[in-house]
Amino acid sequence: MAALHIASIKRPSVIPGFGLALGVTLSYLGLIVLIPLAGLFWRSAQGGPAEFIRIATDARTLAALRLSFGTAFIAAAINAVFGMILAWILVRYDFPGRRIIDAIVDLPFALPTAVAGIALTALYAPNGWIGSLFEPFGIRIAYSATGIVIALVFIGLPFVVRSVQPVLEDFDREVEEVSATLGATRAQTVRRVVMPTLMPALLTGFALAFARAVGEYGSVIFIAGNSPYRTEIAPLLIVIKLEEFSYSGATTIAVLMLIASFLILLAINLVQSWSRRRYGDV
Amino acid sequence: MAMSDAAFTRERLPGAAAVHFRPVTIERRRVRVGLIVVSLVFLAVFLLLPVVAVFVEALRGGPKAFMDAIFEPDAAAAIRLTLLVAAIAVPCNLVFGLAASWAIAKFDFRGKSLLNTLIDLPFSVSPVISGLIYILMFGSHSLLGPILKSYGIQVIFAVPGIVLATIFVTFPFVARELIPLMEEQGQGDEEAALSLGASGWQVFFRVTLPNVKWALLYGVLLCNARAMGEFGAVSVVSGHIRGLTNTMPLHVEILYNEYNFAAAFAVASLLALLALFTLIVKSVLEWRYADEIAATRRH
Repeated sequence: MAALHIASIKRPSVIPGFGLALGVTLSYLGLIVLIPLAGLFWRSAQGGPAEFIRIATDARTLAALRLSFGTAFIAAAINAVFGMILAWILVRYDFPGRRIIDAIVDLPFALPTAVAGIALTALYAPNGWIGSLFEPFGIRIAYSATGIVIALVFIGLPFVVRSVQPVLEDFDREVEEVSATLGATRAQTVRRVVMPTLMPALLTGFALAFARAVGEYGSVIFIAGNSPYRTEIAPLLIVIKLEEFSYSGATTIAVLMLIASFLILLAINLVQSWSRRRYGDV
Repeated sequence: MAMSDAAFTRERLPGAAAVHFRPVTIERRRVRVGLIVVSLVFLAVFLLLPVVAVFVEALRGGPKAFMDAIFEPDAAAAIRLTLLVAAIAVPCNLVFGLAASWAIAKFDFRGKSLLNTLIDLPFSVSPVISGLIYILMFGSHSLLGPILKSYGIQVIFAVPGIVLATIFVTFPFVARELIPLMEEQGQGDEEAALSLGASGWQVFFRVTLPNVKWALLYGVLLCNARAMGEFGAVSVVSGHIRGLTNTMPLHVEILYNEYNFAAAFAVASLLALLALFTLIVKSVLEWRYADEIAATRRH
């Protein structure tokens, strides 16, 4: 019976082990990811719509969500610009230390977020190496929204570079030559020929960095200052609600954040399918 | 390609030093130098300086203070717990990654792209939410928590919860590295081995596994780095009991919040060393493993 059922969803193949591999995959995925996540939605629905709306429209919740999404957007935009430049120099130019730079780009993937958090705070605090340079001008970086953006720039950079890099590597240089022979300046070629092809990858990188930044906790809480309404990010508010045993508060904010993340994932998929239709599989 | 262009721009006509030939597909020298300088400054300030700061702050109190901070009993317990959690979480995700990539890369079935998307799901969930979902499942206010407790099993504020949260957060790493490579390699090698009379497991261990070994090692390394360094998810489920449920990143936080900065950075520097080690092995693998992909493309 089981074999028949499997045969109907899968194209015939001589390679064995499909049932076992898919069985392990689905059971593990279900137990670790899907059932616990479903539990979150089930739990948040239990409180009823009135309770959900009351917490969702609470001033402190809204301030935290606005801060999380706002700083994540700014950080992802900064990363889009510098990540694009980095990908460009790594693919197109040859300079001493290029391979080392290429390796360093992945540092935020490997460095634990709490370590990044305390290191950035040490640098940007009013008495830190960089913070003390700005302090005389009355500019405060750590313990403000600026500090949050800096932490989010740190953790999001590799997403943009690693999204753009492979597409730029595969880009056909002859297209640029054609553009130049037709009289375009270098700037025109880059802006009107190269950039449109890179745009989908750049947007993908932007969306990945944005999604990661929205949920980031470890690196931010050290540098943020964490004062309610001002520098309190949404994930921190979830932790605070949990410590107050307000499970409905924690689940409501979590569900709001997840819905936003799903919408971002959906946007990534739309961008990718749009780019495939327009430019072919790159 | 980049190298040949650079070489080309350096070429001069004999006796005509003022004339430069620049290929039409490369920017002016000024622009190139400008972009490189901007990138290097950006990387130095945002990525390198924080790592340097960790080591400088860690060694500020001198080597003795550094050693004391690491061998102090609570720190040693945190290091042991971190190693234990990674030793459970990484093999679990390794087995899952192999099963998932075998199913996805070697077969065509309905719902494959949905499965692919679901595997990536933990990447887009905030670490704090990853911890929260296990509290809702196994905490004292949940359905399962009291039942398990009556059998003497505690999940939340104990090691099992930390392991679960770590598995969730590092869930996609191995699968993400293997699936694209195995899809690219196709089924040809496996079909050949089968036609020569190999059994399914023989094909897996003697053909498929050797074909993907470097990508597998790379995925395991990334998974391990994240497992040992995870903060948000573990922080929510651990309960921060010193010497019992404190992992290294949580221990760093406690020391930092007690203004014991030298000790906090000393423990943090161990995690930073792990990150640097991961990056170095990863880079070495990439140079090797680039040849291997080229080799598999050739046949």
